[in-house]
Amino acid sequence: MTTIDQAPPVLAAKREHSRAWRKMRKNKSALVGAVIILFFTALAVTAPILPIIDPLATSWSAIRKAPSAMYWLGTDDLGRDILSRMIWGAQASLMAGVFSVAISVCIGVPFGLVAGYFGGWVDMVISRVTEALLAMPFLIMAIALAAFLGPSLMNAMIAIGLSAMPIFVRLTRGQVLAVKTEDYVEGARAVGLNHLEIMLRYILPNVMAPIIVQATLTIATAIIAEASLSFLGLGQQPPAASWGSMLNVAKNFLNQAPWMAMWPGAAIFLVVIGFNLLGDGLRDALDPREA
Amino acid sequence: MSEVPVLSVKNLNTSFLVDGEWKNVVRDVSFDVYPGETVAIVGESGSGKSVTSLSIMRLLAANTSRIEGRIMLSGRNLLSISEKEMRGVRGNDASMIFQEPMTSLNPIFTIGRQISEVLTRHKGLSKAQARAETVRLLEKVRIPNAGARFDDYPHQFSGGMRQRVMIAMALASKPKLLIADEPTTALDVTIQGQILDLIKLLQEEEGMSVLFVTHDMGVVAEIADRTIVMYRGEAVESGPTEEIFHRGKHPYTRALLSAVPRLGSMQNRRWPTRFPVVDVKTGEVAEPSEIAGTVAKGRTPVLAVKNLVTRFPVRSGLFARQTGAVHAVENISFDLFQGETLSLVGESGCGKSTTGRSIMRLIEPTGGDVALDGYDVLRLDQTGLRNMRKTIQMIFQDPFSSLNPRMTVGAAISEPFVKHKLGNTKEAREKTADLLLKVGLSPDMAGRYPHEFSGGQRQRIAIARALSLDPKVIVADESVSALDVSIKAQVCNLLLDLQQSLNLAFLFISHDMAVVERVSHRVAVMYLGEIVEIGPRAAVFDNPQHPYTKKLMAAVPVPDPSRRGIRRGISNDELKSPVRSIGYQPPKRQYREVSDGHLVQVA
Repeated sequence: MTTIDQAPPVLAAKREHSRAWRKMRKNKSALVGAVIILFFTALAVTAPILPIIDPLATSWSAIRKAPSAMYWLGTDDLGRDILSRMIWGAQASLMAGVFSVAISVCIGVPFGLVAGYFGGWVDMVISRVTEALLAMPFLIMAIALAAFLGPSLMNAMIAIGLSAMPIFVRLTRGQVLAVKTEDYVEGARAVGLNHLEIMLRYILPNVMAPIIVQATLTIATAIIAEASLSFLGLGQQPPAASWGSMLNVAKNFLNQAPWMAMWPGAAIFLVVIGFNLLGDGLRDALDPREA
Repeated sequence: MSEVPVLSVKNLNTSFLVDGEWKNVVRDVSFDVYPGETVAIVGESGSGKSVTSLSIMRLLAANTSRIEGRIMLSGRNLLSISEKEMRGVRGNDASMIFQEPMTSLNPIFTIGRQISEVLTRHKGLSKAQARAETVRLLEKVRIPNAGARFDDYPHQFSGGMRQRVMIAMALASKPKLLIADEPTTALDVTIQGQILDLIKLLQEEEGMSVLFVTHDMGVVAEIADRTIVMYRGEAVESGPTEEIFHRGKHPYTRALLSAVPRLGSMQNRRWPTRFPVVDVKTGEVAEPSEIAGTVAKGRTPVLAVKNLVTRFPVRSGLFARQTGAVHAVENISFDLFQGETLSLVGESGCGKSTTGRSIMRLIEPTGGDVALDGYDVLRLDQTGLRNMRKTIQMIFQDPFSSLNPRMTVGAAISEPFVKHKLGNTKEAREKTADLLLKVGLSPDMAGRYPHEFSGGQRQRIAIARALSLDPKVIVADESVSALDVSIKAQVCNLLLDLQQSLNLAFLFISHDMAVVERVSHRVAVMYLGEIVEIGPRAAVFDNPQHPYTKKLMAAVPVPDPSRRGIRRGISNDELKSPVRSIGYQPPKRQYREVSDGHLVQVA
């Protein structure tokens, strides 16, 4: 009877992780996503020590220059090197994406869980407030909050996170309503588990899949939102770069200097794809039903 | 039968594309259906019976399925004609009715429109002609006041009535062949009887052929001229229904038949009896054994329910004012002794499940008393309630939704034990291994997830989890209803064995009269939230007194082909609703004692 299935819970948990990890490694598209994100993260982290031109150094002799041997990706309207600005901007953009979504998920999901699980007046209050927040356009709310908190990258991330939160409340609540009616939830009550145990062990794991997908999609929205905030001077403070703020400037020169828009646009596109692939892979890997 | 068959299937092979590989799910099936004949395809889940019927209608997704062989319907090979021609066949030469009457009608169109659409499309009738014909069809399927109901929407019909509408729609084009895929499985037993009678009657009137797909041997015996038994994608045996039932050759046929619970099979037995076990390879039958002497009569009952009432408010209007109440459970009293099985039987909406849940306080009852092994259940606080849960556990109906898909089987079984701190981790592991063995599984399965198990195995796991707290009472809510016949027999046997070894008391909630007869010591029949008859099993089944009990028994399809001629007389009775307006005073009920412990509601 001493098979591995009698392993103590700690070991069992480890096995569970290794199983998810094995599945993840077999999933090619998830690996591609991971590589993309790792690549940009590495760039962002190593920016200070990379042998690149100062991203803030302007040059009157190199305004809006096309890509060349000197400036690989060209220069912007102030003659700054786009490659270095891209690399430095990765920091702000990745943080804006990941942190703000983390804030949304950490606040939105618990509220959604509680609303869906308990129902009644708790649900009533949370749902009505969520609907009121959803009635405001996402970006307008982010701008208002950022303006209220004061201009800085951190505050911009908080503002974006709070504005994106209602989506997660509503999504989680809807999922909980569906899972709540499953017999195993009633079974958990019959066994004598308390509400917290049921929510964390029985409901949350079974509603995670769509939340993970929504989170990866929201990362993209958040990166763009940070761009808009920067443009209004509420996000990354100039002259420091973020992909979004670069795009915002570039849109004025689309005819004269398309490369100014192309590179940050491509970077945002790649990062979003990367997060989506990774998110899909994560969702499948965490589901024991997926072979 | 020298006539030309209406439908002739030769060497039917159907495969599905699964993960890039072709998986053969129907192998080499051949059969004929002659004019005016009813042929049943019977088998358990995964036997390929539904796929066979869908193949005939070519209703499988074209890009992931492959149908080979020959399907001749009135002289045409359905596998060689184009999809466009096939559309002309469906609903015209051959019609189909499905299992789920609740979802097979479009909710946003009136039923009249849905039926007359078939007529205008296939028969080219004008609108007025189609309307007249539709009303005639609705009358034909015995829908009362058909003309007035033409403009009603599906939600205004009950399940049984909707299935009648579906049949009317299928008959609209006067098809030569009607394919009925489990048409009565989702219906209550009295409604099922009505629909079966209706199909028989219509078949005589219209002279059409019927291909009837079902898992229920009782239904087969009642309706089919010939029967095809399917097992794992192959037709293992076919022949006249009588032959199959009395002289079945294939071991699987015999195993299937011996596992079928038969109403009335317990007439000379005193105690609950295990189902006979048949070896699927050899067809040998092991003699069933009785489970005697488990009941601790005379001692204090382990569960005593007095005047239990559960009502749900019905709210409507702008401010959601209470306008009435569902009287789900109305003044119910019974005792359950250690080692005893009391069955609650009745049809959907009779309050049997609500009774089980109210006793466990998974639903808050409105009033009454529940005494469970010393606990005054209805007056316990949260902590007391949690302790009480050690004494009473529940097994659910659907083994596919009763286990958390994200939790290993071992974790699920040991969780209650760990939660109630009944021992350390090592003891929890030993307990889990022990329980898995007890329910007939192997301890090394603990690390797997629920989706890796079959329905029957999952139900065993659910039983193991319920047992991990060593409860005295188990509420089994339709616990074997969703299982295939052979699995159902096995799980029933397991429950009986556990009752014997652990001296468990079961509150067995079921709509299946034949299973109830097999496993119970006492039976309570519920109707509209009340117990109308309660007593020892033999007394209730051999000498039913209440009209509803009699009706219920008469409606059960009996797996005996010699009863095929029996008609119940077409009736349109529907199940009544227990919704009452506010201020409704339930009448005071009187009970008459027929014999010792056998009580019948008289007024």
